[in-house]
Amino acid sequence: MIPGLAILFCFLAVGEAASGLARLPVPGSVLGMLLLAASLRLGLLPAESVQAAADALLDNLSLLFVPAGVGLMLYFGLPARDWWALLAALVPGTFLVLAAVGWLEQLLERPAARKG
Amino acid sequence: MLEPSPVLSVAATLAVFAAARALHRKTRFFLLNPVLLSVAVLIAVLSLTRVPYESYMKGGQVFSFFLAPAVVALGLPLYRQLRRLSRASLPILASTAAGSLVGVLSAVLPAGLLGASPALLASLAPKSVTTPIAIGVSEVLGGLPPLTAAVVIGTGILGAVLGPPFLRAIGVRSPTAFGLAMGAAAHGIGTARALEEGEEAGAASGLALGVNGALTALAAPWLLKLALSLLGLS
Repeated sequence: MIPGLAILFCFLAVGEAASGLARLPVPGSVLGMLLLAASLRLGLLPAESVQAAADALLDNLSLLFVPAGVGLMLYFGLPARDWWALLAALVPGTFLVLAAVGWLEQLLERPAARKG
Repeated sequence: MLEPSPVLSVAATLAVFAAARALHRKTRFFLLNPVLLSVAVLIAVLSLTRVPYESYMKGGQVFSFFLAPAVVALGLPLYRQLRRLSRASLPILASTAAGSLVGVLSAVLPAGLLGASPALLASLAPKSVTTPIAIGVSEVLGGLPPLTAAVVIGTGILGAVLGPPFLRAIGVRSPTAFGLAMGAAAHGIGTARALEEGEEAGAASGLALGVNGALTALAAPWLLKLALSLLGLS
């Protein structure tokens, strides 16, 4: 697992450097993800080399968000007016995005699936 | 004011999450989502013991640090699903772009109607994208990055908890559509949830997180301007 972790951090470092140098609007981690998928596709490294490390991180991905989530406590003191605006922005919008993406993708992928 | 050692914060986070996950696996009840439950319990503990968030984060940041390599690790399921996903790249791009558009406008318009300040609107605009991108977008738009971070986390938890039953209720059956929707609406927290449904949904979710993030970063300034002019604020 340690060699795999080293590989993941190397891709992260390259992604961060590329994101910074090229002033891309995408963070280094997302670039690292794309670079890793591309390198695996091109056969530059075998999938087994990162398997254990990737599984360890992804099987516990939820845990990694917990401390950031606890940061919500900093905003419990917001004025009521801002709270209503926050809820109005978060709640319907989240369902609208889920519906828009889920339905559109399902609608568009059906004819493609029939053809293939 | 109490100052717990970082070790205690790490121990508490691990113990609370382990218990929350065990409870969720036993009950399979969607509201007992491990992230939601752990966050609620830890906030309650910190409030009762009067430990400030900054003190907790001296240990808690260990977990946050591993978020970036975990996003890189999403490259592995993405690679495994690459052949299938690349056959359908146009639908994926179109639906994720729609998600980006709906994501910004559906956040800014209702909040603007309720009289939110321009700074609050700018903080809300990137609510559906992954934290590092959202913070950058918020800064560029004149928002408050720490508030954006909280809004992003709140959106992620909401989407991860209510997204799966909602998607099933509205008839989204395709694993790719399920994953894309979760990644576009609820970024990494949604992706963590989508991975539980299988590799197909997980890979699609990770891809949507990246594509939606990039598109939103590029389009957010124009979308915010559009929303402000619709609201008559500019």
